[in-house]
Amino acid sequence: MATAQDRAQAPGSGLNDDIGEAKRLAMYRSQLRIREAEQRAYDLFLQNLVKGTSHLSLGQEAVASGFAEAMQKGDLSFCTYRGHAHTLARCVSVEKVLGELMQRDNGLMRGKGGSMHLTSEEHGVMGSYAIIGAHLPIACGAAWRAQYKGDKDVSVCFFGDGTTNIGAFHEALNFAAIWKLPVVFVCENNLYMEYTPIGDVTAVPHPAADRAGSYGLERIIIDGNDADVVYRTAQRAFSRARAGEGPSLIEALTYRHSGHSRADPAKYRPEGELEKWKQRDPIKIYRERLQQFGVSDKVIAEIDASVRQEVDDATETCKAAPMPPADILTTDVYADGGWAWRN
Amino acid sequence: MPEITYRDAVIRGIAQEMARDNDVVFLGEDVAKAGGVFKATVGLYEQFGPLRVRDTPISEQAILGAAMGAAMTGLKPIAEIMFSDFFAVCFDYIANEFPKSRYMSNGQTKCPLVVRTGNGAGSRFGAQHSQSVENWCMMIPGLKVVAPSSPVDVIGLLAAAVRDPDPVIFLEHKSLYATKGEVPDGEIVDRLGTAKIVRPGRDATILALALMVPRAVEAAERLKAEHGIDCEVIDVRSLVPLDTQTILASVAKTHRLFTVEENPRLCGWGAEIVSIVADEAFYDLDGPPVRITTPHIPLPAADILEDMVLPTAERIVETVRRSLQS
Ligand SMILES: Cc1ncc(C[n+]2csc(CCOP(=O)(O)OP(=O)(O)O)c2C)c(N)n1
Ligand SMILES: [Mg+2]
Repeated sequence: MATAQDRAQAPGSGLNDDIGEAKRLAMYRSQLRIREAEQRAYDLFLQNLVKGTSHLSLGQEAVASGFAEAMQKGDLSFCTYRGHAHTLARCVSVEKVLGELMQRDNGLMRGKGGSMHLTSEEHGVMGSYAIIGAHLPIACGAAWRAQYKGDKDVSVCFFGDGTTNIGAFHEALNFAAIWKLPVVFVCENNLYMEYTPIGDVTAVPHPAADRAGSYGLERIIIDGNDADVVYRTAQRAFSRARAGEGPSLIEALTYRHSGHSRADPAKYRPEGELEKWKQRDPIKIYRERLQQFGVSDKVIAEIDASVRQEVDDATETCKAAPMPPADILTTDVYADGGWAWRN
Repeated sequence: MPEITYRDAVIRGIAQEMARDNDVVFLGEDVAKAGGVFKATVGLYEQFGPLRVRDTPISEQAILGAAMGAAMTGLKPIAEIMFSDFFAVCFDYIANEFPKSRYMSNGQTKCPLVVRTGNGAGSRFGAQHSQSVENWCMMIPGLKVVAPSSPVDVIGLLAAAVRDPDPVIFLEHKSLYATKGEVPDGEIVDRLGTAKIVRPGRDATILALALMVPRAVEAAERLKAEHGIDCEVIDVRSLVPLDTQTILASVAKTHRLFTVEENPRLCGWGAEIVSIVADEAFYDLDGPPVRITTPHIPLPAADILEDMVLPTAERIVETVRRSLQS
């Protein structure tokens, strides 16, 4: 039986196959931008310039880039605390993201949200949510609005394997299915919840896909480290959603190269696991893909250089940026811009 | 003026706002075809149709989460949580999501929604279907919290809540659904953050909310008739924003303060108001402020037991009389 994965991996005829050169170059650039910005965030953390917590997507770039490149303007992303990648993938500047991680006034939310809550509505990034599962029902609501108003946008909700064991996941899937909402649920199965292997705490081998049937949805498991596979899967789910055929649930297999958060040395990994997954590093896979399709090393090197330049420039700008001023402490608690709870 | 029930006022308030604005949508458990377990939404489904009035599964998180996602992206949802006690199973949205998204996003995210819920005791439903949870909501920065006591206030404050750009928790008292009050014809729109002097008086200020308002009024009438004590009764109506001006002005006039709270003792709204009065009007007071509350216990189910613990007109009369005559 042909699985969704087989279909998604069906070979194209060349660089200008179903994906095409421009899209492939964009997808490479997007993944590399995430890789370089996340690596920089880690370096800045070691220098004590990134404060608080942070959850990196090193190794998981292909999911973010593949989905974002398949989105149209107006489509909405709902992310988790591990959301830098998805925010960058929607073309928010590295400076805004690093600025927020460094808790500077030039940050995306001027330091009021922090690493776990990146939001840029003008780019369709409708928030990053740090309470496990909370944003799945919220994405349903945004999709309900689209359905009600006849808008054609799709709400895309990213979350981890661990999230499939909280009630909100199940409530949201049932809700989206019965209302046939234009929402796409994307489980990034990186094999671990926080520190515990997902298999130790889940009744089925595939935490998302094996539950899809309970909600009348197709069982979809894909290689989340191959951006082309991700992109094609996303396109199919989006057209379903736009055609009024309802939600999709996609389980993308991937792996995080760093610990769960900055505090985690990831000592719980079995020996050799990280090395095995690094063989399937999404950036490496994609660089080879471009080369297979005849993209010259020069073109690749130009992209590499310009991405590094963006990250370097952003770093310097953020280091020089002022800290947030005290007068924003009490702004935007309420819609009138203030915080007054009494007269 | 025509009289209608508090229950019919809920229906009329929702209908008034849905008729006025197509972005207002309504969702909850058993609210559409069945008209609600308290019959407070009867006829809305027939009037506004299945796209705007929607039955949901028993999924409180999905109800509130969906309301939020819809509100963030352009609708003005009214979500019903059948019993306010169930806030505990979807409290993430009430405590973490609705009220904080605007602040955390530095003003980008909006959340114009209303959560309606059946609150309070009197139905003999026991400890998990009778609570007064206004304090659970009042303590969270970013929310607005309203609890009307009369049919006209239900319509006016519900309209104000729907039109308000912030998330509003709208607490309907289950024991008031059958009560009646005068309601003028035509559109009614009130203002959040305004208390109402429901009975003017000179000798003491009694603050009350929801079901405690009619009890405070009854007590005030008896205090006047039986003891010559003339109390001013204020329906607080809106806990956030809180109309401290009306309260402080009344205390400046009467020099005595009583709160009548259905909630269990600790951290009741009255404690907050008493602290404000102590801070800002201490020298206006001729005696210690007194809080009349339900004792700090889970609510019992038996009628005879429940009646012993909720503040009654009798207890208010006795407490005020003893305080003023001592
Ligand atoms: C309701 C809730 N419970 C627990 C946590 C603490 N926590 C933060 S991340 C995390 C693991 C989530 O795992 P997964 O969904 O696989 O996402 P990943 O971090 O792997 O991307 C946990 C338990 C939380 N933030 N919210
Ligand atoms: Mg995980």
